[in-house]
Amino acid sequence: MLQHHGPQLVNLLASVMLLLAFAMLSQRRIISLINLFAAQGFTLFLSTALVAWLTGQDHLYASALLTLALKVIALPWILHRLIRRLNVKWDVETLINIPTTMLIGIVLVILAFNLALPISLLAGTVTKATLGIALACVLLSFLMMITRSKAVPQVIGFLAMENGLFFAATGAVYGMPMVIEFGIALDVLVGMLILGIFFFRIRERFDSLDTRHLERLKEL
Amino acid sequence: MISLSGVAAQFTELALAVLLAPLLTGWVNQCRAWLQNRSAPPLLQPYRVLNKLFQKEVVLAYGASPLFRVAPYLIFGCLCAAAAIVPTLGTDLPLNAAADAIALVGLLALARMFIALAGMDVGTAFGTLGARREMLVGFLAEPALLMVLFTASLISNSTSLATIAATLAHKEFVIHPSLAFAGVAFTMVSLAENARIPVDNPATHLELTMIHEAMVLEYSGRHLAMIEWAASLKLFVYSCIGLVLFFPFGIASGGDWLGLVLALPALLGKLALGGALLALIEMLSAKMRIFRAPEFLGTAFLLAVLAMLVHVLLER
Amino acid sequence: MTLLATPLHQVLALACAWLVLGALGLLRQDSVRWTTRILYPAGAIVGLALAIVALSAIFDPAAALVLPLGLPDLPFHARLDALSAFFLLLLGAVAAGVSVYAGGYFRQAQGTAPGLVCLYFHVFLASMALVMVADDAYFFMVAWETMALSSFFLVTCDHDQAEIRRAGYLYLLIAHIGAIAILLCFGALQAGAGDYTFENMRALQPTAAWATAAFLLALVGFGAKAGIVPLHVWLPEAHPAAPSPVSALLSAVMLKTAIYGLLRVTLDLIGSPLWWWGVVALVLGLVSALGGIVFAAVQTDMKRLLAYSSIENVGLIFAGFGLTLIFHGFGKGALAALALTATLYHCLNHAFYKSLLFLCTGSVLHATRERSLGRLGGLIRRMPWVAWCALIGTIAIAGLPPSNGFVSEWLLLQAFLFTPGLPQGYLNMLVPVAAAAVALTAALSGYVMVKFFGVVFLGQHREARLAEAHEAGIWERAGLAWLAAACIFLGLVPATVIGLLDPITRTLTGHGIGNFARGWLFLAPINAERASYSPILVFAVAALLVAAAWLGVRAFYHGRARRAAAWDCGFPDQNARMQDSAEGFGQPVRHVFEPFFRLEQHAPAPDDARPRFSESAEDRLWYWIYLPVARAVERLTALVTLLQRGRISVYLAYSFATLLALLLFAR
Repeated sequence: MLQHHGPQLVNLLASVMLLLAFAMLSQRRIISLINLFAAQGFTLFLSTALVAWLTGQDHLYASALLTLALKVIALPWILHRLIRRLNVKWDVETLINIPTTMLIGIVLVILAFNLALPISLLAGTVTKATLGIALACVLLSFLMMITRSKAVPQVIGFLAMENGLFFAATGAVYGMPMVIEFGIALDVLVGMLILGIFFFRIRERFDSLDTRHLERLKEL
Repeated sequence: MISLSGVAAQFTELALAVLLAPLLTGWVNQCRAWLQNRSAPPLLQPYRVLNKLFQKEVVLAYGASPLFRVAPYLIFGCLCAAAAIVPTLGTDLPLNAAADAIALVGLLALARMFIALAGMDVGTAFGTLGARREMLVGFLAEPALLMVLFTASLISNSTSLATIAATLAHKEFVIHPSLAFAGVAFTMVSLAENARIPVDNPATHLELTMIHEAMVLEYSGRHLAMIEWAASLKLFVYSCIGLVLFFPFGIASGGDWLGLVLALPALLGKLALGGALLALIEMLSAKMRIFRAPEFLGTAFLLAVLAMLVHVLLER
Repeated sequence: MTLLATPLHQVLALACAWLVLGALGLLRQDSVRWTTRILYPAGAIVGLALAIVALSAIFDPAAALVLPLGLPDLPFHARLDALSAFFLLLLGAVAAGVSVYAGGYFRQAQGTAPGLVCLYFHVFLASMALVMVADDAYFFMVAWETMALSSFFLVTCDHDQAEIRRAGYLYLLIAHIGAIAILLCFGALQAGAGDYTFENMRALQPTAAWATAAFLLALVGFGAKAGIVPLHVWLPEAHPAAPSPVSALLSAVMLKTAIYGLLRVTLDLIGSPLWWWGVVALVLGLVSALGGIVFAAVQTDMKRLLAYSSIENVGLIFAGFGLTLIFHGFGKGALAALALTATLYHCLNHAFYKSLLFLCTGSVLHATRERSLGRLGGLIRRMPWVAWCALIGTIAIAGLPPSNGFVSEWLLLQAFLFTPGLPQGYLNMLVPVAAAAVALTAALSGYVMVKFFGVVFLGQHREARLAEAHEAGIWERAGLAWLAAACIFLGLVPATVIGLLDPITRTLTGHGIGNFARGWLFLAPINAERASYSPILVFAVAALLVAAAWLGVRAFYHGRARRAAAWDCGFPDQNARMQDSAEGFGQPVRHVFEPFFRLEQHAPAPDDARPRFSESAEDRLWYWIYLPVARAVERLTALVTLLQRGRISVYLAYSFATLLALLLFAR
């Protein structure tokens, strides 16, 4: 039964990921944002494990476990600790208001769906229909990075973008070679640590984590 | 074409909706009290309240026009007509050929327009405030509801509610991701339209925070009873729409007497579960500022549009 | 009488009858009784006759005629086919109601003499009728320009006021920009053959480039007359400036002549439209619809509110038209017929309910002399007839069942639901978004109409002298009743009306939708399982339930009622200024749709002795497009004034240079 409904379940999990990407776009509170990111990581873990089970590709199990360890447990824990130490409790401020952001998000989704259609016809996997959704997740996370003015949501947008790319890879070519995966995972982890240090430096310099203050570092 | 079982199902459904709606409200109140660890009013309390209100004399303001007096009956009639269209027990309803999903949304909008006009009729500050806020919630919630129904129509290739119920209930079990989006959007719209937390607190006494209650401040006696009954009927109708779209199992197909009889406990069980879920959602959320409501509803609207797009992408 | 044998002859004779009535108005220019007691009712009878003739002509085959008028080599051609007959029916029926109303309205002479107003009024009606039967470009343009000029004079009836003159000037300016575009369009259509008759244009098959040029020019030209964004700025100025019967005719019928022109050029003269034209029309229509209704929500003048609502409805008509072109371009004839039916039905509905609402505002204006929403209120007690007719119009324009507005919206949404079957990927996904925009516009129009009806007719009087407002006269009531009855009729028997529209869709798209359901009671345009609607049943069931509820309550309980002061939560000192104003009711829309407006706010300082607050929401397009264009034109024309030297010898030198140039170069 699961074999028969497997592709539908993968589609469902893909939709849940898109839903979470939209939810992150419209979310105002920072703690909910981190929890949504963790939920998106968990959905990614589930879908990778399911694809592994459906197609018998065992290296995908390892990818799934890596996702679980990194995106669901380690990174949210680091972010929560950072939030507590930075004593950040504010609501997320946006450069354009949330309804307009969501409208732009819808346009991006339409664009992504249409761009992915011809590619998904070429792919030979069971999950090819989800390429459009993966591309949409990447674009939405990028939009989130652009429209936020504080540093922490921008970083979460960057991490969510990586989620989307990983999902696209699983969907189109059954995952990347393990070497690349470990490399990316290490990059992301180290990047988080360095960005964490940056948060403290920015806060020390400007007394605020608003990245618009970085404009003051220009020559003029 | 009109079968006896269809007519029987139609009358039973209408009577059930009108008679059980206050019971659903009472059940939601009881669940909420249990979750808040306080003792609940009895389950049949809404009926007692209605009875008390019917027996009281109506006090009309000096400036109230005939529209004010006739509006409660019009609102009740529109909502009863809406309840008659939604298939709860069986899908072979004679009235289904008369009105489809778009007409259903239209009837609900007509009821909303009359209650807003009634709120503006006496010309008090709170009445017009409530009318304005109700139309604010309405102009975003109505297209969202329509888009949710359209998603279901695209799946079942028809806007007739009976066909939607039949298709979704009797097709082989297929997971529709678009219905996931539509479900979230529908929940948000139901919370807003039925004046539930997080959009409006049904138990509030502060006029400046009211949406629905502020419009009916001037009503008393049997008029207020009709409006309260109409409000609980609206909650019943929305719950039944949700059941038709997302949990249609148990609804009998045409001409099946045994199915009709079995559909009744299925309906009651699903409604009880839905009511408990509603109480849980109300408990876990806080009421938001009135100007966050457009954002909330805008999100619901965009999710519903997204549901249609996901359908076009993934389910063709 | 062989002169009146065919319907086409009868239509032309009735148009001439209107012209004669207009000329009769000149006999006694200052007499109010002559015009209102005799001429306007006669005009109403002519309108009714026109409607009856047109109704039967819809089912006849097309008839053509060459009139002995016009220039020696360019006689007027006239033709009556199903499309013309439908719009003539619309014109006649609405004109009948409005003329009856005008018989009661134009009681006082203001500005222009009543005889002259009668002349312009009937010339306006006659020219619109002639536009619909014109079969060559020359006749069409003559009738079109007459329509524009007569309506200009009607708009500036009250020419003593500067803002009305300004509104008339803007109206004439944009009407002429549109007329130039239409002329160029006809030029593109005749493809160098020199023959400007429509017969010739139908026979020619222009290349895709010329056809596209013609379509875009037609869109600009007819769109300027119809009031599509961005050429809509004249509508909210001109419609309120005109007297109410004229506003009703402008909104209800004149905008539809533009739609008629566009349908004629695209579906009949060009013949084979490309699908992407439909996308352009759809996008323009949706932008107009949303922009129009959002602006309507923030207006404080009741006639401006209705004018912006007209922009919204014309946008919806354009959206339906665009959908027709899309379906036609992909070869889906039945769906194109469905979309065209929805468009034409919406034209008919809008004509009736918009004219009804404008005439109600006319009665309110007559009774109270107030146009601003901030000084009205509570008129349902003083003017019940007008108020209940306005309620019918409000329910119709908000698109709620069982009114006629709901039927056309239902058909349009059903047409949108078919678009995921199109072969083009982007269209597949863009059109559900378009359907969402239509739904949002419909919901917003409900909001705006609740504001309109509630602020004008409900609540308390915002000014003390509203307590002396009088009910409308017998003529006015008759006109309102006619239009309201038409709204109800169109809503309750849509299947009959669709049977009426069938010949038109067959001639234009080659398909008709027919009716697959069980007769006149049900409306099931595609098939009965897919969607079916029966307004009579819905109305009957709802009425039955309302009656049952009322009787049930009476039977089981008593019906005692007592009057007292309003409760308002026990606040003792209530006055009329505490209810919502028009600005207050529009504030949520202003808040949600802020990017649309250019808001100018003046808030008082804390130490102001006499604090005043003012806020105005203006159209951004005025500042982005019109003012820069106006400034550029002024700069250009300033260059031309360099030629004006003021010395005679210079002017003689110009003539001399021209003569030399002609002698040298023109051999």
